[in-house]
Amino acid sequence: MIEVQNLHFAYSGDNYILEDVSFKVERGELCGVFGPNGAGKSTLFKCIIGFLKPKKGRVYVNGRDITEMPMEEVAKLIAYVPQEHRPPFPYLVKEMVLMGRTPHLGGIFGPKKRDIEKVIEAMEVVGITHLADKPYTELSGGQRQLVLLARALAQETGVMVLDEPTSALDFRNQLRIWETLKKLTKDGMSVVVSVHDPNHMLWFCDRVVVLHRGRIIASGKPSEVITEEILSTLYGNICKVGFRWDKGGATRYYFLGLTTWNSNTIPSSMG
Amino acid sequence: MERVDFNYRNKIFTVIFAGILLFSTVIFSISVGVYEIPFFEVFNVIRYHLLGGEVPPEIYNAIVWDIRIPRVLAGMLIGMALATSGAAYQGVFRNPLVSPFILGVSSGAAFGAALSIVFPIPYSAQLSAFIFGMVAVFCAYSIAKIRGKTPLVTLLLAGVVLGSFFDALVSIFQYIATEAQLKAIVFWLMGGLYHIDWSHLQILAFSIPLGILLLMAYSWKLNILSLGEEEARSLGINTERLKILLITVATFITSISVSVAGIIGWVGLMIPHAARLIIGPDHRFLIPLSAIMGGIFLILCDTIARTLTTGEIPLGIVTSLLGTPYLIYLLRSRKDQFFGGE
Ligand SMILES: Nc1ncnc2c1ncn2[C@@H]1O[C@H](COP(=O)(O)OP(=O)(O)O)[C@@H](O)[C@H]1O
Ligand SMILES: [Mg+2]
Repeated sequence: MIEVQNLHFAYSGDNYILEDVSFKVERGELCGVFGPNGAGKSTLFKCIIGFLKPKKGRVYVNGRDITEMPMEEVAKLIAYVPQEHRPPFPYLVKEMVLMGRTPHLGGIFGPKKRDIEKVIEAMEVVGITHLADKPYTELSGGQRQLVLLARALAQETGVMVLDEPTSALDFRNQLRIWETLKKLTKDGMSVVVSVHDPNHMLWFCDRVVVLHRGRIIASGKPSEVITEEILSTLYGNICKVGFRWDKGGATRYYFLGLTTWNSNTIPSSMG
Repeated sequence: MERVDFNYRNKIFTVIFAGILLFSTVIFSISVGVYEIPFFEVFNVIRYHLLGGEVPPEIYNAIVWDIRIPRVLAGMLIGMALATSGAAYQGVFRNPLVSPFILGVSSGAAFGAALSIVFPIPYSAQLSAFIFGMVAVFCAYSIAKIRGKTPLVTLLLAGVVLGSFFDALVSIFQYIATEAQLKAIVFWLMGGLYHIDWSHLQILAFSIPLGILLLMAYSWKLNILSLGEEEARSLGINTERLKILLITVATFITSISVSVAGIIGWVGLMIPHAARLIIGPDHRFLIPLSAIMGGIFLILCDTIARTLTTGEIPLGIVTSLLGTPYLIYLLRSRKDQFFGGE
């Protein structure tokens, strides 16, 4: 469980990048943070993990205030998957994942057998076992994201924060990330993830927070939040919530398309 | 399902093998020199000092025990110190192109040591070298730090600027120094081990292994730190504290080396890089291997320096002559690695 309360943040002076941001993600919930480039998603995540100190506001994990907590402690509660990056040295994939165990290592002697088991398991879950002995620096952007996800998994925390984990990925790997995140929430983890594709919000998230110019302009169930009104606030009049229909009375499908599309563009088999 | 192998047997074997090589290099280097001494007699001298018994000829004893052994061991320790501190700086600054020399630490320490030649108090060479080494590295770091990041180019330029500033200060000393002091400064500036005796070795043997052990103790955390500030902190590392600790230890062992042997360039850049090619970037293995390879390299360079001609070639010149081609090779073949960091 993670709760963000009245978070304010400015990189300098009172040029607020985040203003009065509050939301709550329950145990077992997958929460999407939605917003255009520059909305403040990455900034929000860095505040949540304690890398940036908020000007005002609190972040609670399982009821404990983490804004005042030493980072050694925070790292046991929250795992973070940063946006794409490249480290300067060619660590092997298995070494990268093993680094996720750092918050649990006592003393100075590095990882133990249990840590290694956890790492092997995390790589299996994410499906990167075959990459274990490759240098991380020589992977594609998408493969690197999977490695970082495995590392966060190995960290064994109750909360995971992922900054655009699917942006560099091909379709199959995007789905694999979502599948993994779904599985994690089923096991009780709270996941906060920023995404650009509104379809993914609708398909996979339990809750959506819409961030616009550093403020939350809507939050709640995806089907209620991802409306034409919100989309046009964020992106202008470029897309519409295309088709929503019932199939067999129960299942609802959503589809987002260009405003210029008309119903004839949609294959009749889907309507 | 294939199993992921977390076995470090190969890496451990590599380190042990390198250790044996180092030991052989020490023995080899002690037994060669301009004055030829039979191999057997060299052992005889060592046996006499360790186990007692039959007294060896005085000339052999003087050369092997009073000159060669302290010199070789000092070379080993200084090579170890420069290479491990280079590896540590490279990890902390996240770049395989930094070294004590490039960061201005060597020049800062040299200024400190020169200062102590002009204004001598006991042990001030080491202390003063350390203080100004620290001043240099923290100046370079603060100058280069922009919004929490230290871009490589700025860091290198800051190091170069500070280095030449301290070099200029050393030149001023050469003007104001007395003739005896001037001689001391010039000889020591050339960098070398020709004057080493057991008293120098005492200073090195106490401080350098201590520094290397400390760096080894923090080598796993150094791995995490080298991923970058943001990730290291999200993995629970107190980055500011760890950086200061590692930089202080690395600067300490560099300064001790500089205060004893002057500026010896390139070891701290070249050896960690070569070691990384052999054993990979995991600092738990990189630091010990760098230490061993640094020891081997410096002993060999010094052996060349004292045996190639009947006189002495300054050690700093030998390492530079060997280091330059390696650096050119690196720049040509691995450009991409250098400008990858922040
Ligand atoms: N280190 C920084 N210093 C100053 N301003 C920054 C910094 N990082 C981001 N910003 C600004 O904060 C705003 C939000 O950025 P960011 O959180 O990265 O957005 P998002 O991740 O949603 O694309 C942007 O206007 C950006 O220019
Ligand atoms: Mg972002």
